[in-house]
Amino acid sequence: MAVAQAKLDAAVARLAGLDLPQGGWSGGARADAVARLQAMGLPAKRDEYWRYTDPTTLTAATPVAAAPFDASDEAQLFDAIDRVRLVFVDGVFDPAQSDDPVAAGVELLSQAADIHWAQGLYGTLEARGQNPVARPLAALNTAAATEGVLIRVTGQVAKPIHLVYLQESDTSDAILHHCVKLEEGAELTLLESGPGAARFNQVLEVEVADGARFHHIRIQGRDHDRRLATHIFARLGAESLFKSFTLTANGVMTRNEAVLELTGDDAMAHIAGAALGNGDYHHDDTVFITHAAERCESRQVFKNVLRNGAVGVFQGKILVKPGAQKTDGYQISQCLLLDEAAQFLAKPELEIYADDVKCSHGSTSGAIDDTALYYLRSRGVPLRQAQSLLVLAFLAEAIDEIEDEGIAGEIRLRLEAWLSRQDG
Amino acid sequence: MGLETEDQIEVRDGVDRETIETVQAMAGKYKHGWETEIETEYAPKGLNEDIVRLISEKNGEPQWMLDWRLAAFARWQKMEEPRWAMLNYPEIDYQDQYYYAKPKSMDAKPKSLDEVDPKLLATYEKLGIPLKEQMLLAGVEGSDEPRKVAVDAVFDSVSVGTTFKEELRKAGVIFCSISEAIREYPDLVQKYLGSVVPQSDNFFATLNCAVFSDGSFVYIPEGTRCPMELSTYFRINAENTGQFERTLIVAEKGSYVSYLEGCTAPKRDTHQLHAAVVEIVILDDAEVKYSTVQNWYPGDEDGKGGIYNFVTKRADCRGARSKVMWTQVETGSAITWKYPSCILRGEESQGEFYSIAIANNAQQADTGTKMVHLGKNTKSRIVSKGISAGRAQNTYRGLVTMHPKALNSRNYTQCDSLLIGDKCGAHTVPYIEVKNNSSRVEHEATTSKVDDDQLFYCRSRGMDEEEAVALVVNGFCKEVLQALPMEFAMEAQSLVAISLEGSVG
Repeated sequence: MAVAQAKLDAAVARLAGLDLPQGGWSGGARADAVARLQAMGLPAKRDEYWRYTDPTTLTAATPVAAAPFDASDEAQLFDAIDRVRLVFVDGVFDPAQSDDPVAAGVELLSQAADIHWAQGLYGTLEARGQNPVARPLAALNTAAATEGVLIRVTGQVAKPIHLVYLQESDTSDAILHHCVKLEEGAELTLLESGPGAARFNQVLEVEVADGARFHHIRIQGRDHDRRLATHIFARLGAESLFKSFTLTANGVMTRNEAVLELTGDDAMAHIAGAALGNGDYHHDDTVFITHAAERCESRQVFKNVLRNGAVGVFQGKILVKPGAQKTDGYQISQCLLLDEAAQFLAKPELEIYADDVKCSHGSTSGAIDDTALYYLRSRGVPLRQAQSLLVLAFLAEAIDEIEDEGIAGEIRLRLEAWLSRQDG
Repeated sequence: MGLETEDQIEVRDGVDRETIETVQAMAGKYKHGWETEIETEYAPKGLNEDIVRLISEKNGEPQWMLDWRLAAFARWQKMEEPRWAMLNYPEIDYQDQYYYAKPKSMDAKPKSLDEVDPKLLATYEKLGIPLKEQMLLAGVEGSDEPRKVAVDAVFDSVSVGTTFKEELRKAGVIFCSISEAIREYPDLVQKYLGSVVPQSDNFFATLNCAVFSDGSFVYIPEGTRCPMELSTYFRINAENTGQFERTLIVAEKGSYVSYLEGCTAPKRDTHQLHAAVVEIVILDDAEVKYSTVQNWYPGDEDGKGGIYNFVTKRADCRGARSKVMWTQVETGSAITWKYPSCILRGEESQGEFYSIAIANNAQQADTGTKMVHLGKNTKSRIVSKGISAGRAQNTYRGLVTMHPKALNSRNYTQCDSLLIGDKCGAHTVPYIEVKNNSSRVEHEATTSKVDDDQLFYCRSRGMDEEEAVALVVNGFCKEVLQALPMEFAMEAQSLVAISLEGSVG
């Protein structure tokens, strides 16, 4: 199919407006990414995978100004957990607020040596993930990223690594690219929190070797104005585990993409998301899971609670390649629409080329169950509290995907606090 | 399939010998693959304005109809063929086709069925579609009260005859070919043609607008329950000829009609194009049931030949409490591209879609439905069963949309896929758009293979493997088969067995 010339021109213009890092160990990967982006063009509203989300503000040369959000009235996220804290302000690493990355075995993209293990990973999974669906914002990221963390794990990391993104400038435009490599049998928990910038483009590439375990918990906070496009690209070896959970509470534009490839037998990938939206909020989860090995399991659990004209989008796909027998693929996307103006747009896809598989997907959408509400009220629970309870119950299935009970508990408390705020 | 014995199973006590014989008799053959030798008159090959004019002239159409066709043709030339479906086929050369073919014997329009060329009548008889009014469709002899079915038979580009016309006319029902309707009932046709599927709708529909040659027209007046089932039987006979039929059904307030459609074609090595449009208008309290058994020639085992079936079907539930029910059994065609849709405009209108799509050997099917909820309290239900075998690809593609004003509406969608063999594919591509919160939308999909336990059970009862698979598959399809009128249910059930022949073992 001929790519519209306008999209190609847009990509060239966008790249011309950026100060692209050159040379070094990532130079080759960056040059390849530039070529990829020039060949596919920037996303446009008419693209199949952007039919429900307008990419204009994510692709424009300059970000729409966004006032930094004041979250000082709530406790710091994950404060109760013993962790390594690395802080990025408007996409720039801030040593003053951070723990020592070197002591924690973390390198920074901006400071990495000329010869580097990440050379084989940086941009590699992103490039693999461009087929069959183009992800131009990720290619743009690989070409232009100025910061990120490079983590290679050989054993079990003692403490979770927590990446904190803070915003100070209302016109910041951050591009971060992280690489995580888990060697055979290794285990890591990665936490992320915050808004980060007025516009934030992030790519996380994760190589999970045989028997390794990766846990990822991400909170995209209450800040309203920011625009966010994130991509996770992961490749899973035999008997490995990948678990990712994202909580999103508002934000004018969020596009979270995940591209997971199960290449070793008996691997397991679970990805979950819970999103609360109010007002002119737009939230998009786009997931593509490829089963390329036998007896793998994948689970996608996405829950949206929307009100006041908020829009939720879910585009999830399970692709079972020929020979990926005994695949178990499950996908659920559900939406609770709290008032008439909210919208939910979903496209849950299955593409299956193996016969001995069990794949299912479900998608539902509707208002809060009046009977359940009535029951709670008849027991003396005030209306708002009853609504909050039902919303929490609705989101529970997604939160249950978090393995660490401590973290799951913190997320539940945080959610409750946010819900009580939204009720106002 | 996990069972060690490949031996031919002896027929044992308790197994219905007839069942086995029937299955064996049908096995391995596309039974409608023969050709009628009949002199045919063709329009010159290729597509241009002159061909459009010629078709219009042959049908003796008024000027407005010709203008409409020419406008469509001009538009079509600027359109691009859609490529979003999960279908893989070589470029179609639209100039390498005949757009009009009719049996020579139809030159002088027969006044009644008695004057129709016996060869044509014999063709339909052989297909089990008797064009005689005293006879009934095959498969219903056993029923208590004989049911009448009126048939409009379309052979290549022309309608060869319509049965029970008089009896229907007494009830006020108009059932005739669309070419006749354009001449006899221009006001009705002009009012409704293109009002459901506009000229600009899509590439294939626009092509149809320009070159459609015949099809059926049905008009059910207010408060009338059509006294019998109506049916159109499409037969492609001529080589290298595309069939472009157009069907228009108008159900006035409080009326009811059940309409059946069947299609077959001879075996040929080259692909043939079929691009039809069906429009249904349903007013207050009216109900239309539309059932299709699509059995176009699917091509041989290697994908040589077969019909390319690109069809646009849409029902517009304009009136309050109107109802439409689409039921389709898609077993034929090399390529199926078909999405019968429901526009639920009237308050409390209802749309239902039941589908079985079977793709075997090198067949490819991309089919599903659209449920567009515009009115309050509208309801829709989708049950789709896709079966893939051989190297076939079978895709369910559907859209459910709840507009902001479609308050308190409901949709339930269930699409199940069954895979037989490890070289085929089954895909599901649903689009769900909910724009108000009082509506509820539920979507479920599963994909699985034929259950080994069920197969083993059938085998242990003495069935051979193919028969067991056919039985399990029939069970899988039961929900949809039950929605078919009885005449079709019988045919459909045996078709399921034929279509899967050779897919196991």
